[in-house]
Amino acid sequence: MHLREVPDMKNNNQHTISLLVNNKPGVLIRIALVFARRGYNIDSLVVSPANDSSFSRMTITATGEVKTLEQIIKQLNKVVDVIHATDHTDDVVVERELVLIKLSIQPEQRSEVLQVTDHFKCQSVDISKDTLTIESTGSTEKIDALVTMMQDYSIMEVVRTGKVLMSRGLTAT
Amino acid sequence: MTTNTMTGAQAIIESLQMQGVEYIFGYPGGANMPIFDALLDSPIQLVLTRHEQGATHMADGYARATGKAGVALVTSGPGATNAITGLLTAHMDSAPMIVLCGQTITPNLGMDAFQEADVSGISFAVVKHSYLLKDVEDVPRVCKEALHIAESGRPGPVLIDIPKDISSAQFTPDFSVDMDLPGYVIPEKAYSADVQAIADLLQDAKKPVLLIGQGAIISNATRAIKILAEKMQIPVVTTLLGKGAFPERHDLSLGMLGMHGTPYANFAVKDCDLIMSIGSRWDDRIIGNPNTFCKDAKKIHVDIDLAEKNKMIKVDVFAHGDARLVIEELNTLIRPGDTAKWVKECQRNKKKYPLKYRKQGGLKAEFVLDVLDNLLEEDAIITTDVGQHQMWAAQFLKTSNPRNWISSGGAGTMGFGFPSAIGAQLGAPGRQTLTVVGDGGFQMTMCEMSTAMLQKTPVKILILDNKYLGMVRQWQDLFFEKRYAGVDMEGNPDFIKLANSFGMKSFRIRRNADVERVLKEALEYNDGPCLIWAEVEKEDNVYPMIPSGLDYSEMLLERPKEKMDAPPGST
Ligand SMILES: Cc1ncc(C[n+]2csc(CCOP(=O)(O)OP(=O)(O)O)c2C)c(N)n1
Repeated sequence: MHLREVPDMKNNNQHTISLLVNNKPGVLIRIALVFARRGYNIDSLVVSPANDSSFSRMTITATGEVKTLEQIIKQLNKVVDVIHATDHTDDVVVERELVLIKLSIQPEQRSEVLQVTDHFKCQSVDISKDTLTIESTGSTEKIDALVTMMQDYSIMEVVRTGKVLMSRGLTAT
Repeated sequence: MTTNTMTGAQAIIESLQMQGVEYIFGYPGGANMPIFDALLDSPIQLVLTRHEQGATHMADGYARATGKAGVALVTSGPGATNAITGLLTAHMDSAPMIVLCGQTITPNLGMDAFQEADVSGISFAVVKHSYLLKDVEDVPRVCKEALHIAESGRPGPVLIDIPKDISSAQFTPDFSVDMDLPGYVIPEKAYSADVQAIADLLQDAKKPVLLIGQGAIISNATRAIKILAEKMQIPVVTTLLGKGAFPERHDLSLGMLGMHGTPYANFAVKDCDLIMSIGSRWDDRIIGNPNTFCKDAKKIHVDIDLAEKNKMIKVDVFAHGDARLVIEELNTLIRPGDTAKWVKECQRNKKKYPLKYRKQGGLKAEFVLDVLDNLLEEDAIITTDVGQHQMWAAQFLKTSNPRNWISSGGAGTMGFGFPSAIGAQLGAPGRQTLTVVGDGGFQMTMCEMSTAMLQKTPVKILILDNKYLGMVRQWQDLFFEKRYAGVDMEGNPDFIKLANSFGMKSFRIRRNADVERVLKEALEYNDGPCLIWAEVEKEDNVYPMIPSGLDYSEMLLERPKEKMDAPPGST
């Protein structure tokens, strides 16, 4: 199959890519450009210092064609500041995301909401006269489900960290 | 090693000199003054240009003629932005280059200071790598890394942005410092299984073709490739930038392939049962229609850049490694197949469909180049600008050696030809150097006539003046019903008077009868640069032509009888 063929929408998946990069100014823009140039949308991006603080870890989720993604991974690995870039889409990994949800809520609704959040093993992290803020950690699917449930109450704000992942067992991420 | 204190600027220059830099092509301004000052005390020679674009193309021409990185030095703001075209040109053609940019002082970064441009931000997409120096202690390491990155692997341009307070700061440099490039790996040998797979495919092929690109020149694979082609009896086609990777007068050479390739090269590509690219990236000007290109042929690709694998077309075997190492290993494995019939067929096509042009009538660019080809020295360096003259030069000037042919391929940058010839000549002193330019492109960088005069560079400028932006006119002629828009070069200068005003020797060719005599005279003139003004037929078209995006079977050998649709491909 040729790259130039009409894009197959079935192949338009979300992918999770992890990178180990130099912890230097300008690295993020070099990486973002590899995606932007090929019209790939970055859905989430998490950057933090690696164990050795001269490097950073990045986890990127992005949506687009599989073929383009292959090209993107190769181009990412060409960036001098990238130590390695790996597509983890079909790998067995531990993945987590954290969410904070702020609800506008009257005191009499509180216990009902707390029942739901209990089920999702959420923590309440801030309570005021008119608001309740909860926190939850889990797979992206779980967070999606929680956010959907909370739509029944009046959500003021949702802040998600985006997905981070780690390979299982002895495999390096 | 030294324990002297010096400025950042002095350390940059010293570091470059220690790594073999001979020339810096530059233009001064407030932000790079410390570096110009440091150059005064250095054996590195400053070539003062007339425009920063010229400086980058000179550095590029130097790089392509020598294989060593060319160095340009520009100031901040507009100086830096004037270098962007040169960066793109070098980036697209994998030419090793360093661009040193002056920058405003670090406390002013991001403050919209006078002549501040975020040149790193502007240039990310056109560099192999870049640095913004924030600490003078980093100078020795950054200079070492920059040259290493520029020249190794798949080469490319590296930009170093140097704030003026950093270039002025005093420190004690440690030039023995190590590079720190954990993410930069240079591929060497390919997997042996892949090389063996290539050997097997080659042996079975009845109608194989080798497609040689500039990667073969960069990796010094050309001797190994000659052995491969001769031992296996495989015809060779080259890309525009691959010219010189295989001697074009060799029996097995079919010249350049692609949009304006020779008929016999393109026939061979159309009919082959195996095509093996060595250091070429299957550019869209080469493959035409990616869905039908060599549809039934086996495809092999040898490249140092893994990102080229299956990028344009899917291949049967990809050998990831340095072309020379891969072909040398391959040469120990090959056993000749049976290609005698195929080689004969290719050679028959060479006789049957030669490059041709009308001999009668007005002066033809092709004729000038055809005559020139017989007069040039064997190892002459030719550079070109971009347009019809470039394609004709690629067709008619046979290149025998690597690094003797320099042209802007990927970017197609008008204005490249003349300055690149100045750089190439400085890199290869004593060699005959000639640039073939159009009247349009030459005017983009002709201010460098001063530079050539100042340096007394014996570069010969052959202007093939058709008084049109010929290549665009050709497309308007074929695909826009001859509606000529913005291609008439009315207002061109008298190029002889122009040369004279720079004190430059000039020659003029007006008739067929002038060509040989005048060219000879110009080639013998070596006291500095000279200009040859050839006024050629205005509305001549380049053939063969495979209109962009079309299949090889749709190659036009001459003007089509009927009106053509606009081609589906890009430019
Ligand atoms: C900087 C730049 N601008 C525009 C073009 C588009 N272009 C490609 S070929 C060409 C015509 C070149 O004319 P000339 O230099 O006279 O050469 P000719 O084709 O007539 O031989 C133009 C305008 C280009 N390649 N580069």
